[in-house]
Amino acid sequence: MSNLTRSTVRDSLSVALTVGTYGVAFGAASVAAGFSVLQSCLFSLLTFTGASQFAAVGVVSAGGPAASAIAAAAMLGTRNTLYGIQMAPLLQVKGIRRVVAAQVTIDESTGVALSQAPRGIAAMREGFWITGLGVFLFWNIFTLAGALGARALGNPASWGLDAAVPAAFLGLLWPRLQTNFLRVVAVSSMAFAMLVTPWLPAGLPIITTVVVAVVFGWRAR
Amino acid sequence: MTTVTWIVLGATSALCFSLKLLGHLVPEAWLANPRLQRINALVPISLLSALVVAQGVVVKTHLVFDHRLAGLAVALAALFAKAPFPVVVVAAAATSAFVYHLH
Repeated sequence: MSNLTRSTVRDSLSVALTVGTYGVAFGAASVAAGFSVLQSCLFSLLTFTGASQFAAVGVVSAGGPAASAIAAAAMLGTRNTLYGIQMAPLLQVKGIRRVVAAQVTIDESTGVALSQAPRGIAAMREGFWITGLGVFLFWNIFTLAGALGARALGNPASWGLDAAVPAAFLGLLWPRLQTNFLRVVAVSSMAFAMLVTPWLPAGLPIITTVVVAVVFGWRAR
Repeated sequence: MTTVTWIVLGATSALCFSLKLLGHLVPEAWLANPRLQRINALVPISLLSALVVAQGVVVKTHLVFDHRLAGLAVALAALFAKAPFPVVVVAAAATSAFVYHLH
């Protein structure tokens, strides 16, 4: 990592710290869903992709089967595959560094890397690594804090934790709704999920809404 | 319950890492199908929307509109006001807890 530019480091670290604090919400949600503090921390170390982690514990908390939780998390994880395809030619790494690069290939590291394009390839690489490793560090620290905090609090509803989890999902969804078409997809998905809820076993409506994404994505627009 | 949580943790971690690594290993052309890419871009939106519903207004297999909805309404207002993520979550939690204790 030569030619460290101050603005790239600043961009990367501010994203890493901000996003890392969301880990508190994950740690709390995970413990509220019945996972132990250790399991919550392992999630953030090993899975390390926020939306998938929230989905897995969310489906379990809704009473859904393990397969449904795993499938929802995996489907949310497929976007990291597309990020990897974009990042691999940029990073040009092999062996253990490639494994580490893969683990920190997430929304934020890819986003910051792409945003550094005007500053050149070296800045893009630095943005990817500093953001990816930075989010990894802060996300794990804050997960532990959230998990310990939730365990100390007791009844989740009494502290509003049962509303904090859907609010966190709404917060993750919000920045993605950049066009009217995407807002229509979101509202349709919510309506669809509410419609099928009484007719399907608990937890299955979540994974079933993928149908809505398929319908809206089928034709070019 | 304990076994289920370990299975979910193990399988989710293995699959999510494999998906990340796959991106670093396959040639770009493999996933170039435009329809697949369009659907893939919408999947997070559909799943996150469904998760808002499942966590916000569902108990088991019933729609239940309770204190959580008050929290979600405040979260929505906070997002419209461009509040940062932690503020959104804490405002929702505080509102929901307040309404919960009113009963």
